[in-house]
Amino acid sequence: MADNIKKPEELAQIDFRPPRKLWTNPSIEFRKGTFNYAAVPEKAEYLGLPHVRKWQPMDDDWQIPDNWQEIIFEGMRERLDKYRSFRIFMDICVRCGACADKCHFFIGSGDPKNMPVLRAELLRSIYRKNFTLAGKIMGKIAGGRELTIDVLKEWFFYFFQCTECRRCSVFCPYGIDTAEITMMARELLNLIGLNIDWIVTPAANCFRTGNHLGIQPHGFKDSIDFAVDELEELTGVKVEAPINKKGAEILFVAPSADYFATPHYYTLLGYLALFHEIGLDYTWSSYASEGGNFGLFHSTDVMKRLNAKIYMEAKRLGVKWVLGGECGHMWRVLHQYMDTMNGPADFLEEPVSPITGTKFENTRSTKMVHIIEFVSDLIKNNKLKLDPSRNDHWNVTFHDSCNPARAMGLIEEPRYVIRNVCNNFHEMPENTIKEQTFCCGSGAGLGTDENLEMRLRGGFPKANAVKHVHEKHGVNILLCICAIDKATLPPLLEYWVPGVEVGGIHEMIGNALIMKGEKRTTDLRGTPFLGTAKGDDEGKESAEDV
Amino acid sequence: MPIFEHGEVKIEVDEDGFMQEPDEWTEDVAKALATTEGVDDLSEEHWKLVHYLRDYYLKFGIAPMIRKLCKETGFPLKKVYELFPSGPAKGACKVAGLAKPTGCV
Repeated sequence: MADNIKKPEELAQIDFRPPRKLWTNPSIEFRKGTFNYAAVPEKAEYLGLPHVRKWQPMDDDWQIPDNWQEIIFEGMRERLDKYRSFRIFMDICVRCGACADKCHFFIGSGDPKNMPVLRAELLRSIYRKNFTLAGKIMGKIAGGRELTIDVLKEWFFYFFQCTECRRCSVFCPYGIDTAEITMMARELLNLIGLNIDWIVTPAANCFRTGNHLGIQPHGFKDSIDFAVDELEELTGVKVEAPINKKGAEILFVAPSADYFATPHYYTLLGYLALFHEIGLDYTWSSYASEGGNFGLFHSTDVMKRLNAKIYMEAKRLGVKWVLGGECGHMWRVLHQYMDTMNGPADFLEEPVSPITGTKFENTRSTKMVHIIEFVSDLIKNNKLKLDPSRNDHWNVTFHDSCNPARAMGLIEEPRYVIRNVCNNFHEMPENTIKEQTFCCGSGAGLGTDENLEMRLRGGFPKANAVKHVHEKHGVNILLCICAIDKATLPPLLEYWVPGVEVGGIHEMIGNALIMKGEKRTTDLRGTPFLGTAKGDDEGKESAEDV
Repeated sequence: MPIFEHGEVKIEVDEDGFMQEPDEWTEDVAKALATTEGVDDLSEEHWKLVHYLRDYYLKFGIAPMIRKLCKETGFPLKKVYELFPSGPAKGACKVAGLAKPTGCV
């Protein structure tokens, strides 16, 4: 935890009284804990981004180019012409306020400019002044506002306080996609070199080596090999994990954090165990070694460049279709943009499960199947031997990661899988899950330490829901299917709800899966199964032994 | 970029205090960086962790998987946090002169 963070009981005192001054007069204080650092110039240069320079949000002078207004207006004009949705979202809002209290950042901060309607209005007022007849003539009366440096700083502050989670959009009677408004604002900021490092550096790494961490092929192999060895120690079963295998039937793409960070790693072990057990003819790629795409949080251009490697590798390796792992925002990119950005993938086949023969008709255009859909189908067709009692030491709840839930409608499948691999499953309250799920508060590139206070505020509503099931049902693990969740929910829960771990669904599958020839007494974390020689308490202690 | 100075050591670091030129790392740099992590004396166990990270970095250009770090040094994650309170990535990697891991981590 970073320095100077208030205690939970202090941070939970949220003041919802609106400030006295008018919202139209911006003045932002860049206080540590509430914003993200600017991009490292070297990384921005690597991506060929415009107006690269050394600057930081807390500097008074942002050293923006002299003709910055011209650049922003031209950028807006171009995007209004290119994206009909952008123009509609700028025009159509009637400020009904249905979205106002739906944003986790508003709930956690009480700052009215984090009401989605008002956050969008920061951009909409500039649109109105410069791109509508009423605004051009009547200015302020028609809701117009001048584009000043302070407005620009305000954009930077608030559009990097939106995680593009789209919870507000669920409640909008017009279906305005607020994430797309944030995406447009971030694109405009990028045109004058205003970026954040937690987006630009992963994107630059990804462009260079294929993954956000910058792991090169030999490092990738080293990590996968290590996992294979450890899985053998845990289960007694030696699995194969082919890398860059030409002619494999399926290419598997997962977030790079799965083979780097903890607790993501246990999900990786789960994938490996599953693929071995069903005899899947698949391959990893050391280049398409990242499901995530931080380009989504930057600009369409960077998103497209980073996404291209998935189809390129599928083509180079000659696979039939692509399977994707427990990644969150990756699915917004794959499900909604990939086909038109980098497709058509007419060299691939319509995905069919080689184990059950099920056709995944919903993926006919993208040729990419979500692993949870794939496993649901295996379970439905009785292809897996599962012993859910091996997860009896876990009392689980499920956090719907924003993008799988809201961007692709993956709601029932994860629950179906969990019910088949875990005996103790308790749902959080209905208005905090499924399509109404509250965000972790750290997505869309905001998961940095310097932004910790905002993350803890943004994650407060979700943590509250977790607290509810923790206290009511004794829930001790929160399952999720997103790598950002797995990275950022542990510190969030440690702060608001100590005593709740975070894990992936494939970790639970890996625990429950009965493998041929297995010799196992522990789960994938090394914790003895309940009912085996060691007691539960002792098991908890040994979970982190090496 | 800020400049970090401690005794004889003077290096360029990022906003979080990670060194910008990992190739300029020396044991003296490690000792100096450790003070920013609240570690004034590097014990044998600290050095074991730092040297493991350093060696891995020279081979692979990146930090190892956290699980691998724990297993190969013999330190459970809890112990790593005891040695470097900001943890393996933000604490130990910083002292070993590695770049900050980024992305969904």
